[in-house]
Amino acid sequence: MSGVLEARGLFKRYSKAAADAVCGLSLSVREGSCFGLLGPNGAGKTTTVEMLEGILKPDAGEIFYRGAPIGPAFRERTGIQFQDTALQDHLTVRELLNLFGALYPSRLSEAELVRLCDLGELLDRDPQKLSGGQRQRALLALALVNDPDVVFLDEPTTGLDPQARRNFWDLARSIKARGKTILLTTHYMEEAYALCDEVAIVDRGRIIAQGAPDTLLKKHFDGVVIELPKADFQAPTGGVPGEVLERGETMELLTSEVEGALEALKRGGSSLAHLRVRPRTLEDLFLALTGRELRE
Amino acid sequence: MMRRFWAILIGRNKEFLRDRGAMGWNLLFPFFVVFGMAFAFSDKRQDVFKVGVMGEVSALPVGFGATKHLKFVPFDDAAAAQGKLRHHQLDILVRPGKPLMYWVNENSPKGYLVEKILLGADAGGLSPVRKTVEGRPIRYVDWLVSGLLSMNMMFSALFGVGYNLVRYRKNGVLKRLKATPLRAVEFLTAQVVSRLILIMGVFAVVYHGSDFFLHFQRLGSLLDLYLIFALGSACLISLGLLVAARVTSEELAGGVLNMLSWPMMFLSGVWFSLEGAPKALRLFADMMPLTHLIDAARAVMTEGATLSHVAPHLYVLAGMTALFLAVGAWTFRWD
Repeated sequence: MSGVLEARGLFKRYSKAAADAVCGLSLSVREGSCFGLLGPNGAGKTTTVEMLEGILKPDAGEIFYRGAPIGPAFRERTGIQFQDTALQDHLTVRELLNLFGALYPSRLSEAELVRLCDLGELLDRDPQKLSGGQRQRALLALALVNDPDVVFLDEPTTGLDPQARRNFWDLARSIKARGKTILLTTHYMEEAYALCDEVAIVDRGRIIAQGAPDTLLKKHFDGVVIELPKADFQAPTGGVPGEVLERGETMELLTSEVEGALEALKRGGSSLAHLRVRPRTLEDLFLALTGRELRE
Repeated sequence: MMRRFWAILIGRNKEFLRDRGAMGWNLLFPFFVVFGMAFAFSDKRQDVFKVGVMGEVSALPVGFGATKHLKFVPFDDAAAAQGKLRHHQLDILVRPGKPLMYWVNENSPKGYLVEKILLGADAGGLSPVRKTVEGRPIRYVDWLVSGLLSMNMMFSALFGVGYNLVRYRKNGVLKRLKATPLRAVEFLTAQVVSRLILIMGVFAVVYHGSDFFLHFQRLGSLLDLYLIFALGSACLISLGLLVAARVTSEELAGGVLNMLSWPMMFLSGVWFSLEGAPKALRLFADMMPLTHLIDAARAVMTEGATLSHVAPHLYVLAGMTALFLAVGAWTFRWD
């Protein structure tokens, strides 16, 4: 392992908690890549990220930046966008950029930040009066103010509308194109799929699967998902090739033999009028690995 | 180091100056208090007669000593006692013995009355010797203004810094700053200096603004007064920081700040003098920074004291400031 950021055997337990929030987690993030930490709420994503950021001290384990244990100087090389951040009241975006810029030995110019984060008309506005998407852009600019090597984005698009979310993805891609390493946490699987070179699925404080999204899916699945409304589904007497799952009002048939499965359904008397066929996603993978929904 | 400090300091000052509501309140409230008190007490001076006694109170003539509505205050220092008499803070000064000596202020009507009482009781036989002093009276408002300004400073320092810091911890502003190279000591110093500038600015406006209408009698130097108030407010701000060093709940912070400010408001001599107060109360009062601030400021205002006269109070304030800041910075948490 020779990543720009590495964690070995991280443990963290909060006082009064019955179980470890993070137990024995190790990972390595390649330079210039986007690394995604996925998992449901309470899986230990944020705790893990905050330890990697140096904000939270692990109970055990070590974190290395370019091979050396992280210390105070690490803060100068990282940029962080927290899940929820309040900013000082009554200061404009421009003033906040200048304030945060002054806290670092070197900084990106205002013009550069405006270009990178599309801040044009936002500079002289009060961050509290911005829309969700605008606010995230301003917070991203604050995370980039010191031209960091590693950028942490903790659920940056939670609560944004689809268009704002896609705009944010474009910003994240352009940051990566500048050679930055991104560590992203999210519970949106399409976001992870769109941005990440590598993902780690976290559950109960452990990584349960890790790799490039496509590689992971190929490794755990072959085939597709056939979805039918529950009312249209009739179980064929001879069975179907693959696995049948009931998810709410939808029946899912996980199979690698599409034609055989469709034959069997037709034979059994299921109506195929509302049938959908889709590829397996990270969400399916999470469900298959843990038996739990990602967003529960 | 200095750059980070300045960035935080300037940011904090802008925040405050743009918060119109808070700014207006910080300026108006002390004016209301000073003028309200000046009006409320404009005619009523204390309605007991104050008798300074050089020596043992028990050695006074028995009849005079038993007179109702006289308050006897023992003094060791003749000069200090005569100073008080000069400014009408004592109505008469008596030295028991034979001959019995007493001093009155020729400009004081109350002094005239107490003198009649003294001579009319049983002092006549002690061949009393009369001496006089002269001087303008120090009104209650001249005496009170140091306490009022100090009290206002206390609220601004404790709540302005303490409460604000806890709010910033709760909503994550501090956590965001923790993610930068900013150090706790730089951040905290900027908070202290920012609030100090604000408090002294408000002090200057309120003091000189009220002085314009009320014509305070200030016997000591204005510079000394400013220095004392600056040190006192630094001490109170540090106390606010100490309270807010780790607390994450605004309710708890508010409770602790109230628990600190209310006893100080009533027991540190804002409203009445601690002279002649029970020893236990005086001891308790001496533990409060506000007591030392008020005592020192009041001595400059009404007794013409210099910094060296009030040095013990200043040492206590400086010591408390250092202690509060050190413990506050040591125990400080960003989240």
